[in-house]
Amino acid sequence: MTTSMYGAYGGRYVPETLIPALDELERGWAEALADPSFREELDQLGERYVGRPTPLYEAERFAPDGRRIVLKREDLNHTGAHKINNALGQILLASRLGKRRIVAETGAGQHGVATATVCARFGLECVVYMGAEDMRRQHPNVERMRLLGAEVRAVEFGTRTLKEATSEAIRDWIASVETTYYLIGSCVGPAPYPAIVRELQAVIGREARRQMLGTYDRLPDVVVACVGGGSNAIGLFAGFLDDDVRLVGVEAAGAASLGSGRGAVLHGARSSVLVDDDGQILDAHSISAGLDYPGVGPEHAALRDSGRATYVTATDEEALAAFHRLAETEGILPALEPAHALARALDIDAELVLVGLSGRGDKDLAEVLEH
Amino acid sequence: MAGPETVELARAAARGGADVIEIGFPFSDPLADGPVVRRAAERALAAGMRTEACLDCLREVHDQVAVPLVPMTYASLLEAYGWERFATDVREAGAASLIVADLPVDAHPDLRRIQLVAPTSTDERVGLAAEQTDGWLYLVTVAGTTGTRSELSPALAPLVARARKLTDVPLYAGFGISTPEQAGAAGELADGIVVGSAALLAAEEGSAALERFVAQLREALA
Repeated sequence: MTTSMYGAYGGRYVPETLIPALDELERGWAEALADPSFREELDQLGERYVGRPTPLYEAERFAPDGRRIVLKREDLNHTGAHKINNALGQILLASRLGKRRIVAETGAGQHGVATATVCARFGLECVVYMGAEDMRRQHPNVERMRLLGAEVRAVEFGTRTLKEATSEAIRDWIASVETTYYLIGSCVGPAPYPAIVRELQAVIGREARRQMLGTYDRLPDVVVACVGGGSNAIGLFAGFLDDDVRLVGVEAAGAASLGSGRGAVLHGARSSVLVDDDGQILDAHSISAGLDYPGVGPEHAALRDSGRATYVTATDEEALAAFHRLAETEGILPALEPAHALARALDIDAELVLVGLSGRGDKDLAEVLEH
Repeated sequence: MAGPETVELARAAARGGADVIEIGFPFSDPLADGPVVRRAAERALAAGMRTEACLDCLREVHDQVAVPLVPMTYASLLEAYGWERFATDVREAGAASLIVADLPVDAHPDLRRIQLVAPTSTDERVGLAAEQTDGWLYLVTVAGTTGTRSELSPALAPLVARARKLTDVPLYAGFGISTPEQAGAAGELADGIVVGSAALLAAEEGSAALERFVAQLREALA
């Protein structure tokens, strides 16, 4: 049985129409996990198509004096972010379930690009919902998705960002559930999605743990990752949950679902969400489209409550400063999302810090130059 | 949708012949709703219709209209207000029952409410929903969100047939029923019909237009 509740969080808060599809998904996922050929195909595509394993790289010039910062280079994956790990796994699952049409939401566009990519690879129809504001901020990714054969549908209401794009993708799925697979991009949504995404991203943490032991003969003192919906963080944390390693998630200061949110229901699950006193969802604000989301994966809310992970914030300015510092000291342009993790990693007082560099910054150039 | 004009609109709907009136408590991210209801919720929220104001509105309508009232909302409002407290206060304010659009039958079974079933629901789930439901069962006619459709969904007839085998509770069909013709056709199958988006569109033209629209639906069901 796939995990559906994380403490008081998770569950399925969706219209009845979707429940049978979620049951089908849960069964299909359990069968896939039990089938060695599924894992084999995923691992093989991970190696030959995505470029796994991604390296660990020690950012010696980026790190402050006397401390060591090691980057897990998910930015070197095909399509430039960790999102492909999840998209690839779910597209294999969709194929097993016989679905020929894929819908997805995207914020920064990285998940949309990853989804469009695997749909091209497997010859499936692809529709991506994206907020009109995000289409402006992340224009290169819109063009990329279109070149890959996806249809990008602009969402023109509400905040015109990831929150509304996700709602529209779910509405599409409600209306097309017999033929369509909803390929969610983060560890959010109704069960079993958070568990599926976590498992598909856990490759990051498992690899990183092995590589740390291989290269440094020890585990890091602290593992740091940015948190929007939280998929790269949960994937990286997954490798170290049972170790004596501090886990730190970094949210955007204007989108701190874990830092400032409370228990609420958004996009099919109960989690920690930015809401007002009446349960209405508040607008998040971040320079980074990928973190600009008022909700977060339910497992993160449970990890916060249990104290196993701590969650802090970084401002737009701090993320931009870290972006420039990594570019100038290491010759690596990070995406603005992991730039938040880099910003906090600089002031963590620990000898050896592992940071999830979840994506590359090419998509953010216009936004960075504007500031 | 709850708002300053709700009392007048509810009176008009009752005069037109509505047997039950659904009153939306708006939510910022209504997953089950299409553009008409979503926009109505956005307008209501912009006008300050938060939970307390919605309860006041419900109370006022209850004082002036004799028809049973059913608030329709989303789980996030109950989560913030408190599940039991919401259930108590909404009934004290005059609600005959409650619909929570994103709460499938197996979630919060203790909350007494009108259950929804869809064409995709298994027989097992239709049976469970019928057992748990408060008065009547809401048949979602179509896989999709609320909103007008050009044709009555062909999925309704088989859903009614399945539900009849499993339960004796009254079956009311909703989602995508927007014209008197569709109402008449759905009324041949189900025991009642629910009209949301099309009624909101009529209400945008004023209470007289809503009354005329409801009267047309009533006539089509006769």
